[in-house]
Amino acid sequence: MDWFPLLNSLRIALISTVCVFFLGILAAWYVAKLPRGLKGALDCVLTLPLVLPPTVVGFFLLKLLGPKTPLGAWLLNTFDLRLTMTWPAAIFAVILVTFPLMYRTARGAFESFDPNLLSAGRTLGRSNAWVFWRVLMPGCRQGLLAGTVLAFARGLGEYGATSMVSGYTPGRTATIATTVYQLWREGDDALAYRWVAVNVAISLAVLMAVNLLERREHWEKWPSGWSEV
Amino acid sequence: MALEVQIEKKFEKFHLQVSFTSSDGITGLLGASGCGKSMTLKCVAGLITPDAGRIVLDGRTLYDSAQKIDLPPQQRQVGYLFQNYALFPNMTVTENIRAGVRDRTRRQAAADELLERFRLTDIAGKYPRQISGGQQQRTALARLFASRPACLLLDEPFSALDGYLRWEMELELGELLKDFSGPSVLVTHDRGEVYRLCQNACVLSRGRSEPLRPVRDLFQSPDTLSACLLSGCKNISRARPAGRQRVEALDWGVILDAGRPVPDDLAYVGIRAHFLAPHPGPNPIPCRVERVVEDVFSTVVMLSTPGGYEGSARLRWELEKDAWAALGGPEAVTLSVSPGDIMLLK
Repeated sequence: MDWFPLLNSLRIALISTVCVFFLGILAAWYVAKLPRGLKGALDCVLTLPLVLPPTVVGFFLLKLLGPKTPLGAWLLNTFDLRLTMTWPAAIFAVILVTFPLMYRTARGAFESFDPNLLSAGRTLGRSNAWVFWRVLMPGCRQGLLAGTVLAFARGLGEYGATSMVSGYTPGRTATIATTVYQLWREGDDALAYRWVAVNVAISLAVLMAVNLLERREHWEKWPSGWSEV
Repeated sequence: MALEVQIEKKFEKFHLQVSFTSSDGITGLLGASGCGKSMTLKCVAGLITPDAGRIVLDGRTLYDSAQKIDLPPQQRQVGYLFQNYALFPNMTVTENIRAGVRDRTRRQAAADELLERFRLTDIAGKYPRQISGGQQQRTALARLFASRPACLLLDEPFSALDGYLRWEMELELGELLKDFSGPSVLVTHDRGEVYRLCQNACVLSRGRSEPLRPVRDLFQSPDTLSACLLSGCKNISRARPAGRQRVEALDWGVILDAGRPVPDDLAYVGIRAHFLAPHPGPNPIPCRVERVVEDVFSTVVMLSTPGGYEGSARLRWELEKDAWAALGGPEAVTLSVSPGDIMLLK
């Protein structure tokens, strides 16, 4: 069994999760501080990829980065850099698709955080950066971690947008998701089942990690002895 | 050393207009919930920007809309004690106090000194959720003093507590604040706290501040309706002047002798429930007994007055249980009140 699709899926999911971690937190931080009207509008735009079909996201990406578009042509001519139909192209697709997951969990965590704690740090003379890194981030640790794991899990299973911008080239752009589709088309059920098993195993591990994180959070919030009632 | 505040800010629901000057000692801002008390403190601390006005602390301008000065909270040197103390939950007691020390080089030394002074040495390594409410208050104050504030803002510090603990914490706060030389502002809706802790106080009603007055004056002779209500007065009637020293209490249907000139803008009169006397005297008010309520240490008698609607209790009279028993459960009484005990309100 050629393990390339697993390696490719993992590297795409890992790189995009790192990007989405920072992008999501940054966006959530700025949106959480905005006045109500602007907040609602921006929130809609940033959440859109969550509800759009991934193929629509892929379509937009192709129209932005494809070799015949101004940006794609410029990149190709100046840097000899071809973005579509390569494995790094999938990173863009996965970032777009998983961004709303991280952004929304981070925003939820920030908005339920006690603002007095932030105010306390500032009136004590500590910089806004200190308050962000030393008070807000540790306080929202569990929520942010849960968002990251969810984004990673979703990224690992991304199919629609990825297949459009990266295509399926065995040994070059194939991911677990595109491989399973290809194997089904070829009628190779035995191999398809093995990839499905790999995928299910990884997903279960990730979901268990999310559950563990959430349970820890509840243990801290709920008084002891509650479970016996 | 003084804190001068004169600010204005418009909100959807109300218009905040506050002005007071707080000199050394504790100044009380007394008001019902939602009247803009906390908002005022947040403006002073720089957490909220007012629309217009000036905030000056010891000659330092913290905010001035005309000169376009608006210092960030970090530079204001204003110590803010939050309602829930706002201790950083991810830091130990020591780390919380260290967070307040501005001078990087003597962070640990300053923290050690404060741990000692606030009797926190034994719990220095514990997290806020592991220590008692009293210890949390001391930690919050130690952290506050670590930042060397030029003034203190106390935002309903006891509202989350009740009963005996509340009383203990109040005593302790009073002790700890004795060493502080700058101005402090205490925001609360509890008249007792203001009376016991503050030298001067101003009443805030629906976003507007009334003039600052010495606490004893404010409680003994409140001159506005909101001040009178906040001072705990239970008997208030609409009123109008009825002569040079006389006033007609419209809800009670009697004319009272105030024993002093009645101001033209008088709109209400107030009589404290325990200043009513059942024996003949000045200002007789004939009443019918409507209801008798046994309180913990006294008896409360609800009365209706001649001008009052049939059956609706208009006067509240409080007296010792024995005194009420001695009267033998009358159906009607005539109460008197001395002219000095009638509060004339705007």
